[in-house]
Amino acid sequence: MFAELNSILNTFPDKFSQEEFIIISERRCDASFLIHHFLSFYLRARCKVCFLGLVQSFSHYNAVSQRLGVNLVQAKEKGQLVFLEGLQESLDPTKGLQDLFQFVRSSCSGPSGPLGCTDRSGGPEEWGPPVLLVDDLGVLLSLGVSVGTVLDFSHYCRATVCSRLQGNVVMLLHCDEEEDDGDDEGAEQLLKGLTHQCSLTLHVQGLPTGYCRDIHGQMEVCWRRQQADEQHTLNKLFQYKVHDKGASFFARGTSSAFL
Amino acid sequence: MAAPVSGVGNPGVRSSSLNSTSFQKKTRSKLLSIPGTRPSVQNGQLLVSTGVTSLDFLLGGGLAVGAVLLIEEDYYDSYSRMILKYFLAEGVVCQHELFVASAQDSPNDILQELPSPIMDDVAIPKPVEQPRLSSEPQDSLDTMKIAWRYQNLPKVQSTLTSSSRFGHYYDVSKTMEAEIRQAAKCHCFNLPDHPQQTTPSYSPTLESYSALLKSLQEVIQKEGFAGKSRNILRIGLHSLGSSLWGDDLCCCDNPKHTHALTTFLYGLRALLRSSLAVAVVTVPSHLIQNRALMGRIAKLSDTAIALESFKGSERETNPLYKDYHGLLHVRQVPHLNCLASQFPDHKDLAFKLKRKQFSIERLHLPPDLSETVSRVSRGEVPGATGAASACGSSTNKHLDF
Repeated sequence: MFAELNSILNTFPDKFSQEEFIIISERRCDASFLIHHFLSFYLRARCKVCFLGLVQSFSHYNAVSQRLGVNLVQAKEKGQLVFLEGLQESLDPTKGLQDLFQFVRSSCSGPSGPLGCTDRSGGPEEWGPPVLLVDDLGVLLSLGVSVGTVLDFSHYCRATVCSRLQGNVVMLLHCDEEEDDGDDEGAEQLLKGLTHQCSLTLHVQGLPTGYCRDIHGQMEVCWRRQQADEQHTLNKLFQYKVHDKGASFFARGTSSAFL
Repeated sequence: MAAPVSGVGNPGVRSSSLNSTSFQKKTRSKLLSIPGTRPSVQNGQLLVSTGVTSLDFLLGGGLAVGAVLLIEEDYYDSYSRMILKYFLAEGVVCQHELFVASAQDSPNDILQELPSPIMDDVAIPKPVEQPRLSSEPQDSLDTMKIAWRYQNLPKVQSTLTSSSRFGHYYDVSKTMEAEIRQAAKCHCFNLPDHPQQTTPSYSPTLESYSALLKSLQEVIQKEGFAGKSRNILRIGLHSLGSSLWGDDLCCCDNPKHTHALTTFLYGLRALLRSSLAVAVVTVPSHLIQNRALMGRIAKLSDTAIALESFKGSERETNPLYKDYHGLLHVRQVPHLNCLASQFPDHKDLAFKLKRKQFSIERLHLPPDLSETVSRVSRGEVPGATGAASACGSSTNKHLDF
């Protein structure tokens, strides 16, 4: 959990808005640090978290989370976290994503998830609203799932988790080339479709001028708010640097390395 | 194994549970029990060497066990093949097990071309007679007449046991001696040996890739790399995605099997993450037209580097590059068990193949100017000091009086 990002997004573990659908897109860089942020954020906020870790192994997520001060193994034992390790499950995407959605639905809606954690110290602990985190929908595309199917999946997840259960959904999507390239129909198309549905987008990009040691990239935050019958968007642009145990965000050109 | 060192054997935790005192001498001996590995300084990951010392340095110390290194081949595949051979040779020297797969030429051909290790610092008693002895059958030992005193001594097999050092140097002008090579346990996968039937139904994966993955799985299971083995399996996969693997990524703009290679790489990652194995995969990326696909392939491997050789390009004659044979681009750095990844300090990198050694260096301006200047000035120095004492100015040196 990065305190700076919390103040940028104006969400805090004891006070965060519900029914949010957050999309993180990455281009020419790695935005997984944001996934780690949201994972530790929602675990601290005592939400019931369902994590679809398709990219890395559980031990990786656990090792990083420990640096951020959250223990995933404990969270799993307590029933707060339901973790799907995509590398261990033999995902067969040719059958569609129905099984995956069933997994999401059952783990989010059940009082304490499919683990059925009957706490030894009296009844199961109460958790807050459910949160679904997906680390890289792009993996599904790589495995041969069509864009339409992934869009359907994300729509079903949003309908279930955001609308019905008043929870939040955070999804990461890796896009490869430039926006105007038009080469990658898959990821670009998917990103457009998801941006249309979501309430908050974090577009993370590598610097257009290339790699820099002190600035790892830039993040564009786009809010879409429904206020008084009119929709307005608000964009902010930050540059960021990922540290060992967190990340710092600053306005463009104000990196501490230059000032 | 993508798990930190704890998965490999955490001496701290185990010993503290046995002994009640918390004052323990921190022994690293258990960590280093697998020859040719060392824990990473940054995140405690178990690393192995790629065989190219400068590449190890570039990758932050070495390749993490459980990770995949993707090499985008240069034109003509000469330097990427070189790195692959270095990687396998390092495995032979460290007595790791090897798995080599190729569709083009037989894996044995690749193995025969491995560069010869330079063992200057490792003291190996290597008598001249030894090759002859080891090549002869056992009964010849019984007929030993002169050296009968040594008859009952155990036969010295372990020529390379002492080389538990991390990373070695190789002489690419010589090939590795056969008996060193044969000491290593090697599994080969030659695609032409695996008869395949074309699958008529739509399937996201190709027959060749699934056969390869299955064969890998069998080796890992049989040799116990997923758990009890204390050795590393080095996997070298040559030219994946080329049409010889039955893939059409390289030959058409809209390939039919778009997801075959990415699916395979995902399966490979899943396999490696849970075993003591490390893989180097080369892909002829310049033949793949679809850049987005190449990006996805890189995303599914942990480290990705690309080689761009000057061979045949106009850069070959460019004076800027006259010391080098090509450029090396770091496409992706691994994110394993850490938030911030270890970027190389420098991104302008070039490689060159010297007479005996392949090395990667920082690309800098050609040093000829500064070199000649310094050389001239050094030549001037003795004369100049004499002249300076006489005339007070070194510029007067060429004057004749």
